[in-house]
Amino acid sequence: MEHITIIDYGLGNLLSIQNMLKRLGVSSIITSDPKEIANAQKMILPGVGHFAKGMENIHSRGLKPVLDELALEQKIPVLGICLGMQLLCEHSEEGDADGLGWIKGNTVKFDMTKLASHHKVPHMGWNEVIQKKPSNLFEGYAEVPRYYFVHSYHMVCDKEEDVLATTMHGYEVVCAVENGNIMGTQFHPEKSHRFGMKLLTNFSSKLQEKEVNSI
Amino acid sequence: MRRIRVIPVLLMNQGKLEKTVKFKSPKYVGDPINAVRIFNEKEVDELVVLDIGASPLKKAPDFSKVREIAGECFMPLGYGGGIKSLDHASKLFHAGVEKVIINTAVVENPGLVEEIASRYGSQSVVVSIDYKKDLFGKEKVYVKGGRKKTGKNVLEYALEAEKAGAGEIILNSIERDGTFESYDIEMLKRLCPKLNIPVVACGGAGKLSHFKEAVSNGGASAVSAGSLFVFKGIHRAVLINYPDQKMLAEKVFMPLSKEGVTIKLNRTWNQQT
Repeated sequence: MEHITIIDYGLGNLLSIQNMLKRLGVSSIITSDPKEIANAQKMILPGVGHFAKGMENIHSRGLKPVLDELALEQKIPVLGICLGMQLLCEHSEEGDADGLGWIKGNTVKFDMTKLASHHKVPHMGWNEVIQKKPSNLFEGYAEVPRYYFVHSYHMVCDKEEDVLATTMHGYEVVCAVENGNIMGTQFHPEKSHRFGMKLLTNFSSKLQEKEVNSI
Repeated sequence: MRRIRVIPVLLMNQGKLEKTVKFKSPKYVGDPINAVRIFNEKEVDELVVLDIGASPLKKAPDFSKVREIAGECFMPLGYGGGIKSLDHASKLFHAGVEKVIINTAVVENPGLVEEIASRYGSQSVVVSIDYKKDLFGKEKVYVKGGRKKTGKNVLEYALEAEKAGAGEIILNSIERDGTFESYDIEMLKRLCPKLNIPVVACGGAGKLSHFKEAVSNGGASAVSAGSLFVFKGIHRAVLINYPDQKMLAEKVFMPLSKEGVTIKLNRTWNQQT
């Protein structure tokens, strides 16, 4: 059966993602079992919390090899959300830890010296995004989408072509990345009602297209 | 355009929605699931559900009810009421809640905020502060749904909460609850510049211009309201409502964006995530 595999590595609100997918008529499973994950056709890497703790959990559950295999060898579509997007990069200042390294770049703290007094950290709330390149994820929006954000760290990409979208919080920060099958959003589509539903629909249908093409 | 969060606050008591005036005279306003569905359609920024019966009746959160509510919420959901332990918080996060809101337990279980923040991150813990003025005009913090006096000053209390790892403060004026007469701008003004974390104004919202006032004059990062979003007109007829984006942009976001605040602050780094 066609479904999305939501990777459970012990952090984050996984039920919210499943709830929205359910509403969209997309079936999904939440799992931390490497054997079950190995069968994934498409996966979402969720997460809210501490970067180093997230990587530690991925390693201690023995998930790194299977995730690498899926993302880099089988090249199945991957969507990292929030911390899940940050984990895609090479390193984070949060806990001084190495990430999955699928996207060239680092995760850094918000630069407080560049923020005005009303720019609080965490950056918490709704914000509009600035799309930097064409992508299926952002297809079909009639207006500038806005999404729900909550984060104190943000990604800095080495390669400009990996930046899918940015947002303004004191300064311009990367809020979505895409490099082939590997995608990530700093914001929470699962908590961004109609705008998030559209993005998750695009993610799901994009995969269906890929399957059709590969036949 | 500068956006601020505009957050409906729903009060639940034994599974039913109520709305109070100055924390008293509760009026039945409907079924929580129905209200959440309507707010979902209206695309609210975020939703807060407070079980006002839990702590006074010494009850744990109703996890199955929360799970049911969260299943209908395609926006961030904060839940407060009866949270006494890390285990309660964990169960709520598993039920689909983004933020737990701690009030009575801040006093009864010091250390809980820190415990939750270090496990789930500061962004997931909100401390709500209910306060009113004493005989000398000093704002004092109350817990247990406004029934129990702590004798503590609001500012010190808020600073302690921030230090413990709270990611946000909901500042709720008991005296303005349900009055529609405007937020307590003076209190916001004194508190907000002292904190690094966002403050959500609560209590007294009666019209859209109050939102702008709370942010531009008070320094709040977000605004919330109960009565304004569940009643219509002076006779308090129940009608779940929420301003549309065009109205918010015109009356709140655009005026705020024009102000262009540029003051920079030297702040210490103490957040997670």
